[in-house]
Amino acid sequence: MPAWNEAEAIGDTIRQVNAVVPEHDILVVDDGSRDETARIAADAGAAVLRLPFNLGVGGAMRAGFKYALRNGYSRVIQVDADGQHDPHDIDRVLAGLAEADISIGARFAGRGTYDAKGPRRWAMVALAKVISAVARSKLTDVTSGFRAANQRALYQYMDHFPAEYLGDTIDSLVVAIKSGCRVVQVPVEMKARQAGTPSHSPWKATVYLARSGLVLCFALARPRSKPQSAASLPKSGDIAGERGATL
Amino acid sequence: MSSVAFSLVISVVMVVVVLLMLRSGKLREKYAILWLVVGGLTIVLGLFPGLLDLAASLAGIKVPANLLFALSIVLLVGVGLHVSRELTVLEEESRTLAEEVAILRQSVESLRNSVAMAPSASHDANRPVHPAPQTIPKEVDRDH
Repeated sequence: MPAWNEAEAIGDTIRQVNAVVPEHDILVVDDGSRDETARIAADAGAAVLRLPFNLGVGGAMRAGFKYALRNGYSRVIQVDADGQHDPHDIDRVLAGLAEADISIGARFAGRGTYDAKGPRRWAMVALAKVISAVARSKLTDVTSGFRAANQRALYQYMDHFPAEYLGDTIDSLVVAIKSGCRVVQVPVEMKARQAGTPSHSPWKATVYLARSGLVLCFALARPRSKPQSAASLPKSGDIAGERGATL
Repeated sequence: MSSVAFSLVISVVMVVVVLLMLRSGKLREKYAILWLVVGGLTIVLGLFPGLLDLAASLAGIKVPANLLFALSIVLLVGVGLHVSRELTVLEEESRTLAEEVAILRQSVESLRNSVAMAPSASHDANRPVHPAPQTIPKEVDRDH
Protein backbone atom coordinates (compact mmCIF):
# COMPACT_ATOMS: atom_id res chain seq x y z
CA MET A 1 0.00 0.00 0.00
CA PRO A 2 1.93 3.04 -1.20
CA ALA A 3 1.03 6.17 0.76
CA TRP A 4 2.11 9.77 0.48
CA ASN A 5 0.53 12.23 2.89
CA GLU A 6 -2.50 9.97 3.35
CA ALA A 7 -2.90 10.51 7.09
CA GLU A 8 -6.61 11.25 6.67
CA ALA A 9 -7.51 8.00 4.96
CA ILE A 10 -4.83 5.43 5.70
CA GLY A 11 -6.06 4.34 9.13
CA ASP A 12 -9.56 3.52 7.92
CA THR A 13 -8.26 1.82 4.80
CA ILE A 14 -6.00 -0.48 6.80
CA ARG A 15 -8.76 -1.33 9.27
CA GLN A 16 -11.18 -2.12 6.42
CA VAL A 17 -8.66 -4.38 4.67
CA ASN A 18 -7.85 -6.10 7.95
CA ALA A 19 -11.52 -6.64 8.65
CA VAL A 20 -12.21 -8.17 5.24
CA VAL A 21 -9.04 -10.20 4.63
CA PRO A 22 -7.30 -10.65 8.01
CA GLU A 23 -5.16 -13.49 6.65
CA HIS A 24 -3.07 -11.12 4.51
CA ASP A 25 -0.18 -9.06 5.88
CA ILE A 26 -0.36 -5.34 5.16
CA LEU A 27 2.73 -3.33 4.31
CA VAL A 28 2.42 0.44 4.01
CA VAL A 29 5.24 2.16 2.14
CA ASP A 30 5.34 5.71 3.44
CA ASP A 31 6.76 7.63 0.50
CA GLY A 32 8.40 10.47 2.42
CA SER A 33 5.17 11.82 3.91
CA ARG A 34 5.30 15.05 5.87
CA ASP A 35 2.29 14.13 7.97
CA GLU A 36 1.46 11.37 10.40
CA THR A 37 0.93 8.66 7.76
CA ALA A 38 3.61 6.31 9.08
CA ARG A 39 2.56 6.52 12.72
CA ILE A 40 -1.14 6.09 11.94
CA ALA A 41 -0.41 3.12 9.69
CA ALA A 42 1.73 1.45 12.35
CA ASP A 43 -0.95 2.06 15.00
CA ALA A 44 -3.54 0.52 12.68
CA GLY A 45 -1.47 -2.64 12.63
CA ALA A 46 0.43 -2.51 9.34
CA ALA A 47 4.14 -3.02 8.80
CA VAL A 48 5.56 0.30 7.62
CA LEU A 49 8.49 1.05 5.35
CA ARG A 50 9.47 4.70 5.67
CA LEU A 51 11.30 6.05 2.67
CA PRO A 52 13.53 8.95 3.67
CA PHE A 53 12.29 11.13 0.80
CA ASN A 54 9.55 11.11 -1.80
CA LEU A 55 10.28 8.72 -4.66
CA GLY A 56 6.88 8.55 -6.36
CA VAL A 57 4.52 5.60 -6.51
CA GLY A 58 6.97 3.52 -8.56
CA GLY A 59 9.72 4.06 -6.01
CA ALA A 60 7.45 3.16 -3.13
CA MET A 61 6.24 0.04 -4.92
CA ARG A 62 9.69 -1.29 -5.74
CA ALA A 63 10.71 -0.82 -2.12
CA GLY A 64 7.65 -2.83 -1.12
CA PHE A 65 8.40 -5.56 -3.67
CA LYS A 66 11.94 -5.84 -2.39
CA TYR A 67 10.63 -6.15 1.15
CA ALA A 68 8.24 -8.87 -0.03
CA LEU A 69 10.98 -10.89 -1.72
CA ARG A 70 13.35 -10.58 1.24
CA ASN A 71 10.63 -11.70 3.62
CA GLY A 72 9.66 -14.68 1.53
CA TYR A 73 6.23 -13.64 0.31
CA SER A 74 5.09 -15.36 -2.86
CA ARG A 75 2.19 -13.08 -3.82
CA VAL A 76 1.80 -9.34 -3.53
CA ILE A 77 -1.13 -7.05 -4.21
CA GLN A 78 -1.03 -3.28 -4.42
CA VAL A 79 -3.99 -1.45 -2.88
CA ASP A 80 -4.55 2.30 -2.86
CA ALA A 81 -4.15 3.97 0.52
CA ASP A 82 -7.06 6.34 -0.07
CA GLY A 83 -9.69 3.61 0.08
CA GLN A 84 -10.60 3.58 -3.61
CA HIS A 85 -10.16 -0.16 -3.88
CA ASP A 86 -12.76 -2.42 -2.34
CA PRO A 87 -11.05 -4.88 0.04
CA HIS A 88 -13.62 -7.51 -1.00
CA ASP A 89 -11.96 -7.53 -4.43
CA ILE A 90 -8.48 -8.33 -3.07
CA ASP A 91 -8.93 -12.09 -3.13
CA ARG A 92 -10.62 -11.94 -6.54
CA VAL A 93 -7.66 -10.08 -8.04
CA LEU A 94 -5.20 -12.43 -6.32
CA ALA A 95 -7.12 -15.38 -7.79
CA GLY A 96 -6.12 -14.08 -11.22
CA LEU A 97 -2.55 -15.12 -10.43
CA ALA A 98 -3.60 -18.75 -10.85
CA GLU A 99 -3.33 -18.31 -14.61
CA ALA A 100 -0.91 -15.39 -14.96
CA ASP A 101 2.04 -13.60 -13.36
CA ILE A 102 0.32 -10.22 -13.09
CA SER A 103 -3.35 -9.71 -12.32
CA ILE A 104 -4.93 -6.28 -12.77
CA GLY A 105 -8.11 -5.14 -11.07
CA ALA A 106 -9.76 -3.29 -13.96
CA ARG A 107 -12.32 -0.53 -13.70
CA PHE A 108 -13.97 -0.55 -17.11
CA ALA A 109 -14.60 -4.25 -17.39
CA GLY A 110 -18.34 -4.35 -16.81
CA ARG A 111 -18.58 -3.96 -13.06
CA GLY A 112 -18.81 -0.75 -11.12
CA THR A 113 -19.64 2.78 -12.16
CA TYR A 114 -16.23 4.38 -12.49
CA ASP A 115 -16.19 6.64 -15.51
CA ALA A 116 -13.75 9.09 -17.07
CA LYS A 117 -14.49 11.55 -19.83
CA GLY A 118 -12.77 13.46 -22.62
CA PRO A 119 -9.06 13.17 -23.37
CA ARG A 120 -8.37 11.14 -20.24
CA ARG A 121 -10.89 8.53 -21.38
CA TRP A 122 -9.38 8.45 -24.90
CA ALA A 123 -5.93 8.03 -23.45
CA MET A 124 -7.03 5.13 -21.28
CA VAL A 125 -8.80 3.41 -24.17
CA ALA A 126 -5.87 3.86 -26.55
CA LEU A 127 -3.34 2.66 -23.98
CA ALA A 128 -5.49 -0.36 -23.22
CA LYS A 129 -5.77 -1.23 -26.94
CA VAL A 130 -2.02 -1.06 -27.57
CA ILE A 131 -1.03 -2.95 -24.44
CA SER A 132 -3.71 -5.60 -25.02
CA ALA A 133 -2.16 -6.21 -28.43
CA VAL A 134 1.30 -6.56 -26.90
CA ALA A 135 0.02 -8.82 -24.12
CA ARG A 136 -2.26 -10.88 -26.41
CA SER A 137 -4.85 -10.68 -23.64
CA LYS A 138 -7.81 -8.36 -23.30
CA LEU A 139 -6.96 -5.51 -20.94
CA THR A 140 -9.24 -2.53 -20.50
CA ASP A 141 -7.60 -0.64 -17.66
CA VAL A 142 -3.83 -0.62 -17.75
CA THR A 143 -3.38 2.38 -15.45
CA SER A 144 -5.13 0.71 -12.55
CA GLY A 145 -3.07 0.71 -9.37
CA PHE A 146 -4.96 -2.35 -8.11
CA ARG A 147 -2.71 -5.15 -9.27
CA ALA A 148 -1.24 -8.34 -7.97
CA ALA A 149 2.05 -10.03 -8.81
CA ASN A 150 3.56 -13.43 -8.17
CA GLN A 151 7.21 -14.14 -7.48
CA ARG A 152 8.19 -14.27 -11.12
CA ALA A 153 6.71 -10.82 -11.71
CA LEU A 154 8.38 -9.53 -8.55
CA TYR A 155 11.79 -10.57 -9.82
CA GLN A 156 10.98 -8.89 -13.12
CA TYR A 157 10.00 -5.73 -11.22
CA MET A 158 13.34 -5.75 -9.41
CA ASP A 159 14.93 -5.29 -12.81
CA HIS A 160 12.57 -2.69 -14.19
CA PHE A 161 10.15 -0.59 -12.19
CA PRO A 162 10.71 3.09 -12.96
CA ALA A 163 9.95 5.71 -10.34
CA GLU A 164 8.85 8.20 -12.99
CA TYR A 165 5.33 9.28 -13.84
CA LEU A 166 3.27 6.28 -15.04
CA GLY A 167 6.39 4.12 -14.73
CA ASP A 168 4.66 2.03 -12.09
CA THR A 169 1.73 1.22 -14.37
CA ILE A 170 2.39 1.42 -18.11
CA ASP A 171 6.15 1.18 -18.35
CA SER A 172 6.67 -1.65 -15.88
CA LEU A 173 3.72 -3.56 -17.36
CA VAL A 174 4.92 -3.33 -20.96
CA VAL A 175 8.46 -4.41 -20.11
CA ALA A 176 7.15 -7.24 -17.93
CA ILE A 177 5.01 -8.48 -20.83
CA LYS A 178 7.95 -8.25 -23.22
CA SER A 179 10.06 -10.23 -20.77
CA GLY A 180 7.54 -13.04 -20.77
CA CYS A 181 5.15 -12.35 -17.89
CA ARG A 182 1.50 -13.20 -18.55
CA VAL A 183 -1.18 -10.69 -17.58
CA VAL A 184 -4.89 -11.09 -16.86
CA GLN A 185 -7.48 -8.65 -15.65
CA VAL A 186 -10.24 -9.06 -13.12
CA PRO A 187 -13.22 -6.67 -13.17
CA VAL A 188 -13.51 -4.64 -9.97
CA GLU A 189 -15.57 -1.81 -8.60
CA MET A 190 -14.09 1.51 -7.68
CA LYS A 191 -15.29 3.41 -4.66
CA ALA A 192 -15.26 7.17 -4.28
CA ARG A 193 -12.08 8.51 -2.72
CA GLN A 194 -12.21 8.84 1.01
CA ALA A 195 -10.18 12.01 1.03
CA GLY A 196 -8.70 14.37 -1.52
CA THR A 197 -10.20 15.44 -4.82
CA PRO A 198 -9.53 13.84 -8.19
CA SER A 199 -8.39 16.17 -10.95
CA HIS A 200 -10.93 16.75 -13.70
CA SER A 201 -9.66 19.74 -15.65
CA PRO A 202 -9.60 19.15 -19.43
CA TRP A 203 -6.14 20.72 -19.72
CA LYS A 204 -4.71 18.26 -17.22
CA ALA A 205 -6.43 15.44 -19.06
CA THR A 206 -4.81 16.52 -22.33
CA VAL A 207 -1.38 16.69 -20.72
CA TYR A 208 -2.09 13.22 -19.35
CA LEU A 209 -2.91 11.98 -22.87
CA ALA A 210 0.37 13.33 -24.23
CA ARG A 211 2.53 12.10 -21.38
CA SER A 212 1.01 8.64 -21.26
CA GLY A 213 1.52 8.30 -25.03
CA LEU A 214 5.15 9.27 -24.64
CA VAL A 215 5.67 6.84 -21.74
CA LEU A 216 4.07 4.09 -23.83
CA CYS A 217 6.39 4.77 -26.78
CA PHE A 218 9.46 4.69 -24.52
CA ALA A 219 8.24 1.50 -22.87
CA LEU A 220 7.60 -0.21 -26.22
CA ALA A 221 11.09 0.75 -27.36
CA ARG A 222 12.79 -0.68 -24.28
CA PRO A 223 14.67 -3.95 -24.51
CA ARG A 224 13.32 -6.90 -22.60
CA SER A 225 14.91 -7.57 -19.24
CA LYS A 226 17.94 -9.79 -19.31
CA PRO A 227 17.85 -12.84 -17.12
CA GLN A 228 19.75 -11.89 -14.01
CA SER A 229 22.25 -14.00 -12.18
CA ALA A 230 20.82 -15.60 -9.08
CA ALA A 231 23.56 -14.10 -6.92
CA SER A 232 22.44 -10.54 -7.63
CA LEU A 233 18.77 -11.07 -6.76
CA PRO A 234 17.33 -10.38 -3.31
CA LYS A 235 16.74 -13.63 -1.47
CA SER A 236 14.18 -14.55 1.08
CA GLY A 237 15.60 -13.88 4.52
CA ASP A 238 18.05 -11.21 3.39
CA ILE A 239 17.95 -8.12 5.52
CA ALA A 240 20.27 -6.12 3.34
CA GLY A 241 22.34 -6.67 0.27
CA GLU A 242 22.02 -5.29 -3.14
CA ARG A 243 22.13 -6.29 -6.73
CA GLY A 244 25.23 -5.19 -8.61
CA ALA A 245 26.03 -1.57 -8.01
CA THR A 246 26.54 -0.84 -11.67
CA LEU A 247 23.61 -0.07 -13.90
CA MET B 1 45.92 40.87 -30.38
CA SER B 2 44.51 41.96 -27.04
CA SER B 3 41.57 39.54 -27.43
CA VAL B 4 44.03 36.68 -27.92
CA ALA B 5 45.88 37.71 -24.79
CA PHE B 6 42.58 37.91 -22.97
CA SER B 7 41.56 34.38 -23.97
CA LEU B 8 45.00 33.17 -22.99
CA VAL B 9 44.59 34.67 -19.53
CA ILE B 10 41.09 33.17 -19.21
CA SER B 11 42.26 29.68 -20.14
CA VAL B 12 45.25 29.85 -17.81
CA VAL B 13 42.92 30.93 -14.99
CA MET B 14 40.59 28.04 -15.85
CA VAL B 15 43.38 25.46 -15.73
CA VAL B 16 44.59 26.87 -12.42
CA VAL B 17 41.05 26.78 -10.96
CA VAL B 18 40.60 23.17 -12.09
CA LEU B 19 43.92 22.21 -10.54
CA LEU B 20 43.00 23.95 -7.27
CA MET B 21 39.65 22.17 -7.17
CA LEU B 22 41.38 18.87 -7.85
CA ARG B 23 43.80 19.56 -5.03
CA SER B 24 41.07 20.32 -2.53
CA GLY B 25 39.02 17.32 -3.61
CA LYS B 26 36.13 19.35 -5.05
CA LEU B 27 36.41 17.76 -8.47
CA ARG B 28 36.96 14.13 -9.34
CA GLU B 29 39.79 13.24 -11.65
CA LYS B 30 37.54 11.71 -14.27
CA TYR B 31 35.75 15.05 -14.76
CA ALA B 32 38.86 17.18 -14.24
CA ILE B 33 40.73 15.57 -17.12
CA LEU B 34 38.15 16.83 -19.62
CA TRP B 35 38.48 20.40 -18.40
CA LEU B 36 42.27 20.21 -18.28
CA VAL B 37 42.35 19.03 -21.90
CA VAL B 38 40.00 21.84 -22.95
CA GLY B 39 42.04 24.40 -21.02
CA GLY B 40 45.29 23.06 -22.43
CA LEU B 41 44.02 23.29 -26.01
CA THR B 42 42.82 26.85 -25.41
CA ILE B 43 46.25 27.81 -24.08
CA VAL B 44 47.91 26.32 -27.17
CA LEU B 45 45.52 28.27 -29.39
CA GLY B 46 46.21 31.44 -27.40
CA LEU B 47 49.96 31.01 -27.79
CA PHE B 48 49.75 30.15 -31.51
CA PRO B 49 46.67 31.88 -32.97
CA GLY B 50 47.84 30.86 -36.43
CA LEU B 51 46.83 27.27 -35.69
CA LEU B 52 43.16 28.24 -35.64
CA ASP B 53 43.40 29.95 -39.07
CA LEU B 54 45.17 26.88 -40.44
CA ALA B 55 42.55 24.49 -39.05
CA ALA B 56 39.72 26.66 -40.34
CA SER B 57 41.14 26.81 -43.85
CA LEU B 58 41.69 23.05 -43.81
CA ALA B 59 38.06 22.55 -42.79
CA GLY B 60 36.87 25.06 -45.38
CA ILE B 61 35.53 27.58 -42.87
CA LYS B 62 35.93 31.23 -43.92
CA VAL B 63 35.78 32.89 -40.50
CA PRO B 64 38.13 31.01 -38.13
CA ALA B 65 36.14 32.05 -35.06
CA ASN B 66 33.19 30.02 -36.38
CA LEU B 67 35.26 26.86 -36.10
CA LEU B 68 35.88 27.74 -32.47
CA PHE B 69 32.20 28.40 -31.82
CA ALA B 70 31.06 25.22 -33.54
CA LEU B 71 33.53 23.12 -31.58
CA SER B 72 32.53 24.77 -28.30
CA ILE B 73 28.85 24.07 -28.94
CA VAL B 74 29.53 20.41 -29.70
CA LEU B 75 31.65 20.17 -26.58
CA LEU B 76 29.04 21.81 -24.33
CA VAL B 77 26.20 19.64 -25.65
CA GLY B 78 28.35 16.60 -25.03
CA VAL B 79 29.16 17.71 -21.50
CA GLY B 80 25.48 18.44 -20.78
CA LEU B 81 24.48 14.99 -21.99
CA HIS B 82 27.15 13.34 -19.92
CA VAL B 83 26.06 15.22 -16.80
CA SER B 84 22.43 14.14 -17.36
CA ARG B 85 23.57 10.55 -17.66
CA GLU B 86 25.60 10.72 -14.46
CA LEU B 87 22.61 12.31 -12.73
CA THR B 88 20.37 9.42 -13.82
CA VAL B 89 22.86 6.92 -12.44
CA LEU B 90 23.06 8.85 -9.17
CA GLU B 91 19.28 9.09 -8.83
CA GLU B 92 18.94 5.34 -9.33
CA GLU B 93 21.63 4.77 -6.74
CA SER B 94 20.01 7.05 -4.20
CA ARG B 95 16.66 5.36 -4.89
CA THR B 96 18.21 1.99 -4.14
CA LEU B 97 19.76 3.37 -0.97
CA ALA B 98 16.41 4.82 0.12
CA GLU B 99 14.81 1.40 -0.33
CA GLU B 100 17.56 -0.25 1.69
CA VAL B 101 17.31 2.33 4.45
CA ALA B 102 13.55 1.89 4.67
CA ILE B 103 13.78 -1.91 4.80
CA LEU B 104 16.60 -1.83 7.36
CA ARG B 105 14.73 0.67 9.51
CA GLN B 106 11.65 -1.52 9.46
CA SER B 107 13.60 -4.63 10.38
CA VAL B 108 15.48 -2.86 13.18
CA GLU B 109 12.22 -1.53 14.59
CA SER B 110 10.51 -4.91 14.51
CA LEU B 111 13.59 -6.53 16.07
CA ARG B 112 13.62 -3.90 18.79
CA ASN B 113 9.94 -4.45 19.42
CA SER B 114 10.33 -8.20 19.68
CA VAL B 115 13.24 -7.73 22.09
CA ALA B 116 11.14 -5.34 24.18
CA MET B 117 8.27 -7.85 24.18
CA ALA B 118 10.44 -10.64 25.57
CA PRO B 119 12.98 -9.10 27.95
CA SER B 120 13.26 -12.28 30.00
CA ALA B 121 14.44 -14.29 27.03
CA SER B 122 18.00 -13.14 27.68
CA HIS B 123 19.02 -12.14 31.19
CA ASP B 124 21.46 -9.48 29.99
CA ALA B 125 18.95 -7.60 27.84
CA ASN B 126 19.78 -4.36 29.64
CA ARG B 127 23.39 -4.53 28.60
CA PRO B 128 24.09 -2.05 25.82
CA VAL B 129 24.33 -3.81 22.51
CA HIS B 130 27.86 -3.76 21.20
CA PRO B 131 28.23 -2.81 17.60
CA ALA B 132 29.32 -5.58 15.31
CA PRO B 133 33.07 -5.62 14.65
CA GLN B 134 33.73 -3.08 11.97
CA THR B 135 35.21 -4.22 8.74
CA ILE B 136 36.81 -1.56 6.66
CA PRO B 137 35.13 -1.55 3.27
CA LYS B 138 37.47 -2.00 0.41
CA GLU B 139 37.77 0.93 -1.92
CA VAL B 140 35.90 -0.04 -5.05
CA ASP B 141 36.84 1.50 -8.35
CA ARG B 142 33.54 2.53 -9.82
CA ASP B 143 34.75 4.16 -13.02
CA HIS B 144 32.78 2.79 -15.90
